[in-house]
Amino acid sequence: MRVTVKMFAAARDAVGPSVDVEVPDEATIASLRGQLMTDYPQLADLIRRAMFAIDATYANDDSVISSVSEVACIPPVSGG
Amino acid sequence: MIQLTHSPIDADLMVRSAQSPAAGAVLLFLGCTRQHTAGRETTELVYDAYEEMAAKELATLEATARERWGLVECLIVHRLGVVPLGEASVAIVVASPHRKAAFEAGEWLIDTLKESVPIWKQEHWADGSSEWVHPTK
Repeated sequence: MRVTVKMFAAARDAVGPSVDVEVPDEATIASLRGQLMTDYPQLADLIRRAMFAIDATYANDDSVISSVSEVACIPPVSGG
Repeated sequence: MIQLTHSPIDADLMVRSAQSPAAGAVLLFLGCTRQHTAGRETTELVYDAYEEMAAKELATLEATARERWGLVECLIVHRLGVVPLGEASVAIVVASPHRKAAFEAGEWLIDTLKESVPIWKQEHWADGSSEWVHPTK
């Protein structure tokens, strides 16, 4: 399935506000992370350190993505 | 009350709205754009957010602090976009019957906000360069 991943901050500057990634059906965040690092090697370091969110809630590496999920890559945050 | 805004933060209004007969202690924290960081000169900061999620996370922080410290009032406002030198990017106001809870809640709120809310700052340096801040911890 194709997953659209929202990107922010340095990741967005590098690849745009969102990217489409091809992953197996019922892929986990861990496999999405790996595919993103393969597709965008220039961002591998940041993606390795990033959190991910599904439907605007923090997910963990075991979380399963569905085709209707809103997925976001959350690089280390620096608000405040 | 939580808010993400592209306008300057009116901290006086926040403090006034938190004052009430039940609140013996009202605490304000402002996080402001600092001119010097590790010897480098900043001209301005630019903040970006995953707004939908940041609003949700801020609301969770407010609810958690209200419950944990029995707050009378809790307001968190984060500014987005350009924040000039000396101006506030974040304002937190907490009100409680006694001061200890207000100090503890205020410190916990800013510490937790900086760790978990999906907001990012971009340093604009005096030499014309800029960079997003992604802490390595």
